[in-house]
Amino acid sequence: MMATQLQTKGWTRNQMAARAAKELRDGYYVNLGIGIPTLVANNIPAGMTVTLQSENGMLGIGPFPYEDEVDPDLINAGKQTISELPQSSYFDSAQSFAMIRGGHIDLAVLGGMEVSQDGDLANWMVPGKMIKGMGGAMDLVAGVKKIIVVMEHTSKNGDAKFIPECTLPLTGKNVVDMIITDLAVFQRPDHESPFKLIELAPGVTAQEVREKTTAQYTE
Amino acid sequence: MQKIYDSAERALEGLLFDGMTIAAGGFGLCGIPERLIDAIQSSGVKDLTIASNNAGIDNEGLGKLLRTRQVKKMISSYVGENKEFERQFLAGELEVEFTPQGTLAERMRAGGAGIPGFYTKTGFGTQVAEGKEVKEFDGEEYILERGIRADLSVVKGWKADESGNLIFRKTARNFNLPAATCGKVCVAEVEEIVPVGSLDPDAIHLPSIYVKRMILGGPYEKKIEFRTVREREAA
Repeated sequence: MMATQLQTKGWTRNQMAARAAKELRDGYYVNLGIGIPTLVANNIPAGMTVTLQSENGMLGIGPFPYEDEVDPDLINAGKQTISELPQSSYFDSAQSFAMIRGGHIDLAVLGGMEVSQDGDLANWMVPGKMIKGMGGAMDLVAGVKKIIVVMEHTSKNGDAKFIPECTLPLTGKNVVDMIITDLAVFQRPDHESPFKLIELAPGVTAQEVREKTTAQYTE
Repeated sequence: MQKIYDSAERALEGLLFDGMTIAAGGFGLCGIPERLIDAIQSSGVKDLTIASNNAGIDNEGLGKLLRTRQVKKMISSYVGENKEFERQFLAGELEVEFTPQGTLAERMRAGGAGIPGFYTKTGFGTQVAEGKEVKEFDGEEYILERGIRADLSVVKGWKADESGNLIFRKTARNFNLPAATCGKVCVAEVEEIVPVGSLDPDAIHLPSIYVKRMILGGPYEKKIEFRTVREREAA
């Protein structure tokens, strides 16, 4: 209850995920990245059929298992134990990425470190610091029909993350369709158009977004 | 022809040499060929190039071979959760060819299917594309990636019949299937070996032609990286 009262402006992590969930459509096949994107699964509108893909080889991700159902052979791409659904299917990694690269997945929601005004995404490496690797992110941005990036509007130091040009190594060039931050939503209709500010989080002004964004966008 | 060996060491006999390339199945610690990795470790073979999605975690899976410094180079998409890996990499002791996960799976599939290279959009405009041929198809740009042919594949299956037909279980299939096809020799470890005729031919994931040698690998501990559960609603 206290948290709600203290929450005077902007979106929480879960609210950002809920905003991303508004982009889901009945019948969609969706891949969710690790972190905030995973929370989108808890916000699928009732009555809507959305099938979640896990790039390690599963369609139809179920909820976390009950303690007595935990199966080491059944994990998601974040290596968490999960459960299966009656409609689930399993396949190998080559098949998994054939459906990703081949444009069969409708939507991917990913985390981001930086997004450029031209839709470039950087989310896999900080030279000299974070060297974990790109996993499936480069394949997802190359092949999935629509890419939503969910991220904090600024870094911990207050630096803008929606910027003119990425400074970190790219995950993909001109690949992002929508950006959801704790302050606002930006969207573009195609990969030739600039991003447009389409929504502000509660209590956030367009002026504040302008001050915390270095990328060019339309309003 | 007898494909069943009584230990991982025997199954690898004559197949290991310094500087070789090994393709390994598994995603994280799920579906990794534990017994074969142990046997590779104890053989002392070194300067290995290993194509595997991940590099294990500290002292688990391929992490064991990193600790003993048997690995010269990893071809992987994600190597987090591994401090020793990070240390060796930052110290310049270990070479890493970061390969997008889908590109890695396809490189193995292609290598096993006699396809030396293929064009993909994945990685175009990123550092993954550096030094690679770019070609335009229908107005979009693609990069040339090479198929992987390994000297040896090591994979983990669930059930095999005595002829080497293999079935995997749930998400433990992952890279095991493409990895199995791209080695000059594939050695598989499985949890159960059943007589020929016991498996439904329509249900085989990996046909026996790919499996040259196999062992019964159990019992398996099957380590879990992140154990996540939900509570049962009160009755």
